[in-house]
Amino acid sequence: MRPVYMVSGGITKFKKASPDKDFRYMVKEAFDYSLGDVPNLTVDTIDGSVCSYFSDHFTRQLMAGAMVQDYLGLNPKPGIRVEGGGATGGLCLQTAWSQVASGRMDIVAAFGFETMSRVNTWKGNEFIALASDTNFDYPLGGFYTGYYAMMAQRHMYEFGTSVEQLAMVAIKNHHNAIHNPYAQSPMELSVEDVRSSPMVATPLTMLDICTMSDGAAVVILASEDAAAKLTDRPIRISGVGSGTDTMRLADRSHGNVLLLPRESESEYKNLRWPGVHSFMGARAAAIAAYKMAGIEDPLEQLDFVELHDAYTSSEIQTYEDLGLCKFGEGGSFIEAGKSDLNGSVPVNPSGGLLACGHPIGATGLMQAIFAFWQLQGTMGSHLGDDALQIENAKIGAVHSHAGTGTYITVTTMERGF
Amino acid sequence: MVKRGFKLPETEEGTVLFNTSPIILKDHYEIDYIHSYAQDSPFFSGLANGKLLGSRCTQCNIVYATPRAHCMGDGAKTEWLEVSQKGRVHSYTNCYFGGEQFLEETPYTLILVEFEGVSTLLLSRLVGVAFSEIHIGMAVQAQFRRNSKFNATDVYFVPEDS
Repeated sequence: MRPVYMVSGGITKFKKASPDKDFRYMVKEAFDYSLGDVPNLTVDTIDGSVCSYFSDHFTRQLMAGAMVQDYLGLNPKPGIRVEGGGATGGLCLQTAWSQVASGRMDIVAAFGFETMSRVNTWKGNEFIALASDTNFDYPLGGFYTGYYAMMAQRHMYEFGTSVEQLAMVAIKNHHNAIHNPYAQSPMELSVEDVRSSPMVATPLTMLDICTMSDGAAVVILASEDAAAKLTDRPIRISGVGSGTDTMRLADRSHGNVLLLPRESESEYKNLRWPGVHSFMGARAAAIAAYKMAGIEDPLEQLDFVELHDAYTSSEIQTYEDLGLCKFGEGGSFIEAGKSDLNGSVPVNPSGGLLACGHPIGATGLMQAIFAFWQLQGTMGSHLGDDALQIENAKIGAVHSHAGTGTYITVTTMERGF
Repeated sequence: MVKRGFKLPETEEGTVLFNTSPIILKDHYEIDYIHSYAQDSPFFSGLANGKLLGSRCTQCNIVYATPRAHCMGDGAKTEWLEVSQKGRVHSYTNCYFGGEQFLEETPYTLILVEFEGVSTLLLSRLVGVAFSEIHIGMAVQAQFRRNSKFNATDVYFVPEDS
């Protein structure tokens, strides 16, 4: 495998509905932004693409990827679509990585989008629920907030995590987004605001959950030689890991923790894991990515993390999976401010999914783009505001996640200049 | 030969418009599938007969509450067995919203049920108890619809008789 670098990215502003631009136009907008940021990068120099969108139900247009491919003027170059629920963007990023790492392509465009405004919110929840087992789970009225709510209840039962700690995640992420013009719902919140917003599925309220969005994102990856010709600020994709778990929560196992290098079995001798309180696939993904990147102490070595906070509870669970703290300590981790913008490892400095929005196929790429700008030190020029720039950020991680942890990717990125 | 004066027939079916700039309109879509439960069919016929069936691996003997024809651990075939109709709440949530199809049924309670001697859980509904009294570890028992729908809602749980 040869080294792979991210050389550019572009995002549309995520919003509730974007009826004046279809999915092709939105991707084109993000694509042109990414080309505009690197003068020597032109359509001619791109060898092929990987397309990311989650739901044919939302799109109501099969083979939408082929339509983006022609709209961007990429015919007859190779293209492929990847799909894996909420992790579709992260899987797209890693598939694009493998196109370059394998030597098949020198420059690849990873593009993603989702057009969720085409149905109302509760129909949208129904569409997403169809990505759970349609024989055993969906017919009961199962839907994703309900599934994550059961995981959150169990996390609270096992570890004493509180609803106030969940609320702190929403407060942090929406607050960070005030400085992010791409974000859909920047705002100042209090614990009271989060707890008094309408209950969706106990313990999760509306403000514990991300919104439906329309949006697109484009990431450009390149080989070392190609990157050197394009930019003096390349960002190396240093670690790539992914994992999986059962579709049905009911099938999750109860065994021993998959350990990170600095953990020991004795720390967790009384913990049955992952159960429904932890994401086994996330831990597996983190172990693989950290090993490849040579990361032994993620809390110490990572300068920031962009993770998949579709729910406040899943951000807290993911702190633990990623080894930012021990299992069971996620609640106190947010409460102590360790994931704040000025904390020991800022988590979701962009605002995350909770505040930026979650146009599913674009989301995992959006996270990589914010990480890319952080590591380049260009947040100020892209966002028009320096407030979110983490000073001297050298290593970051992005985490993409599908349906209660069925597919998970962890990708680490490092300053390559 | 060219026929003159030929026109498409006019209909009275119009289009529901929400906006004209850009044009946003209603685009209807629905379908009935021909759906098979395939190898999981005995589970659903079991529910219709008041039985809760799980799967036991013929090699490692692990028991799955939600059935599967092959074991996740070793890939061996499983066999059907009757699972206890009494269990405990492993986790729960009270849903005030849901997918559009289920909005009319809200609020409702989803539970993951754990059973003695069974390795995995079963997702179901819990009824007949005030939300404030539901807790992890609560003893529950299965009940079955009298007229089966041949879907997963044919079984649901109520608090265990004390």
